[in-house]
Amino acid sequence: MTAPTSPTSPTTTAPATAAAALALGDDALVLSHHLGEWAGHAPVLEEEVALANIALDLLGQARILLSLVGDEDELAYLREERAFRNLQLVEQPNGDFAHTIARQLYFSTYQAFLYEELARTDGPFTALAAKAVKEVAYHRDHAEQWTLRLGDGTEESHHRMQRAVDQLWRFTGEMFQPVDGAHDIDWPSLQESWHSSVTEVIRGATLTLPEGPRADAWAAGAGRQGLHTESFGRMLAEMQHLHRSHPGATW
Amino acid sequence: MTESTDWPLWEVFVRSRRGVSHTHAGSLHAPDAQMALRNARDLYTRRNEGVSLWVVPSTAITASSPDEKDSFFEPSGDKPYRHPTFYEIPEGVKHL
Repeated sequence: MTAPTSPTSPTTTAPATAAAALALGDDALVLSHHLGEWAGHAPVLEEEVALANIALDLLGQARILLSLVGDEDELAYLREERAFRNLQLVEQPNGDFAHTIARQLYFSTYQAFLYEELARTDGPFTALAAKAVKEVAYHRDHAEQWTLRLGDGTEESHHRMQRAVDQLWRFTGEMFQPVDGAHDIDWPSLQESWHSSVTEVIRGATLTLPEGPRADAWAAGAGRQGLHTESFGRMLAEMQHLHRSHPGATW
Repeated sequence: MTESTDWPLWEVFVRSRRGVSHTHAGSLHAPDAQMALRNARDLYTRRNEGVSLWVVPSTAITASSPDEKDSFFEPSGDKPYRHPTFYEIPEGVKHL
């Protein structure tokens, strides 16, 4: 995988580091945008604030990571779909609340283990990861608490939560493709930790662990290679249209 | 925002720093105590306002009634001698 060249500002970041920063930064940016879409639509006001807080944490991570690659605004607002390196999991639409929670459960658990590793090893992401670990611990707790309550809640909430964990399951395999530039990560062991953590939560929520491939030929996901799912283009159009319509506009 | 929740109401108390008391910050809805704590974290401490949180079911609070206002509070209104303002404080006395 090669880092797409930023439209401006060449940076001093090593290419491999920039590639990893782009992948992780795009994950955070895209998920942040989707979580922000709940504003005005969340089931209750308290939850709306919770999701917005998580979105803002992720946006902060994205800004730091993308600024390692180039100009953060140009990267966010002027790249074409194929230049984004985020996981297909994070670009999946919000769906119902259970869907959003399942996406949060899968991704925040992944991010928790990944940042823990990055914080432990001495590298370009150590400082960012050390700070993000605390944010992500909360995101993960939020997702786990809701998974338990929806899974072990009413018949309706159980059904919806099961549907959500099932439908998003096939996007989880992609998370453990090694990211260029994040060399020190032991991906198989990360996957094992993720799997046992998620299994415990899903079982605790009286749900059944989804079966079936998480990464087969067509379900593997290739977001890291710039191939995205159908809805991603629409999300980008919404995210980018203001900046593209009014280039250089300021508040 | 849909009109949906029949979640109970919780009162939130925030301690802004070590050594001071928890102060009532407001109230919120949550399905249970653990979620109430998390909602309180998001609603009342997101600008670094606190180091400790309490949540209490609003139903657990017994409040004085406005009808009792006169008998509860008025009698203390004309008893200024209950305020320690009639004493000369000797010089050098600290912590008063």
